[in-house]
Amino acid sequence: MKYIKFFLVGILFGIVMSKAEIISWYRIYEMFKFQSFHMYGIIGSAVVLGMISMFLFRKKMVKTFEGEEIHVPPKKSGLYRNLLGGILFGLGWALAGACPGPMFVLIGKGVVSILVVIFGATLGAFLYGAFKDKLPH
Amino acid sequence: MEFISQPWAWYVAGPIIAFVMFLLYYFGERFGLSSNLETFCSIGGAGKFVDYFKIDWKQNTWNLIFVAGGITGGFITSQWLSPTDTVALNPQTIQDLAAIGIQNAGDTYLPDEIFSIETMLTLKGFIILLVAGIMVGFGARWAGGCTSGHAIVGLSNLELPSLISVIGFFIGGLIMTWFILPLLF
Repeated sequence: MKYIKFFLVGILFGIVMSKAEIISWYRIYEMFKFQSFHMYGIIGSAVVLGMISMFLFRKKMVKTFEGEEIHVPPKKSGLYRNLLGGILFGLGWALAGACPGPMFVLIGKGVVSILVVIFGATLGAFLYGAFKDKLPH
Repeated sequence: MEFISQPWAWYVAGPIIAFVMFLLYYFGERFGLSSNLETFCSIGGAGKFVDYFKIDWKQNTWNLIFVAGGITGGFITSQWLSPTDTVALNPQTIQDLAAIGIQNAGDTYLPDEIFSIETMLTLKGFIILLVAGIMVGFGARWAGGCTSGHAIVGLSNLELPSLISVIGFFIGGLIMTWFILPLLF
């Protein structure tokens, strides 16, 4: 039962990804062509509101529903890791027109071919794990 | 009902995404989609070959359930909440896509030239889908996050690694969109 809340939040996530057409390949293409404000507005407004959330968490003004303090763990730091990993991710994002959230939402839309992308992404995560000691971080 | 049937504007979607993130932290977890890919590897037995995947994946069950909800949300929307499958695009975008070999842009959510079953069953089409996925998965784990973990959470939390990663996302995305996509179709 404790998982039902995550299922419900996931449904909200799937609906907003679909209704705002974030799952559309074309919305990612036009973003990288600077031909629409849509995706910039979405990410920008989410970040501005996200900053307020983070502020409330940091000041302990909002705690978890169980009353525990919320700590947002710092991201792994490293110029090569962030920049090179980021560039590789960006190449894939613009080609697939989907990042790891929308990929799953597209399954629900009935897009069979997205399963190949998800398989590839899982394989990619595996390959990273297998070769990570040989990569610059 | 008008609100439900129309596509949602950015100023509706952005705040809802921020709310989704807020709820996940409020429920004691975090917002990050690409870590599920590592969970899949662990469930699939990757820990037998690579120690990196020897984790107790059950602690990430909540995130898999979140993904199941996302799939369900996609299903609900496509079945009942979106009367058309078209995407209203800038005429310039449609023209640019036609020029690089992607026709009928915006008639559906996804171009047939990449996502139709027929394309998937060709060698070239299959490789494009697979390689796109590999780059997303490898890149996200190397960078330590994807659009959710870096662009939304990391930037909200004023993290320098996330700013660098997002700059990387854009360098890669611009190279793909402006220089590689025109050669593919």
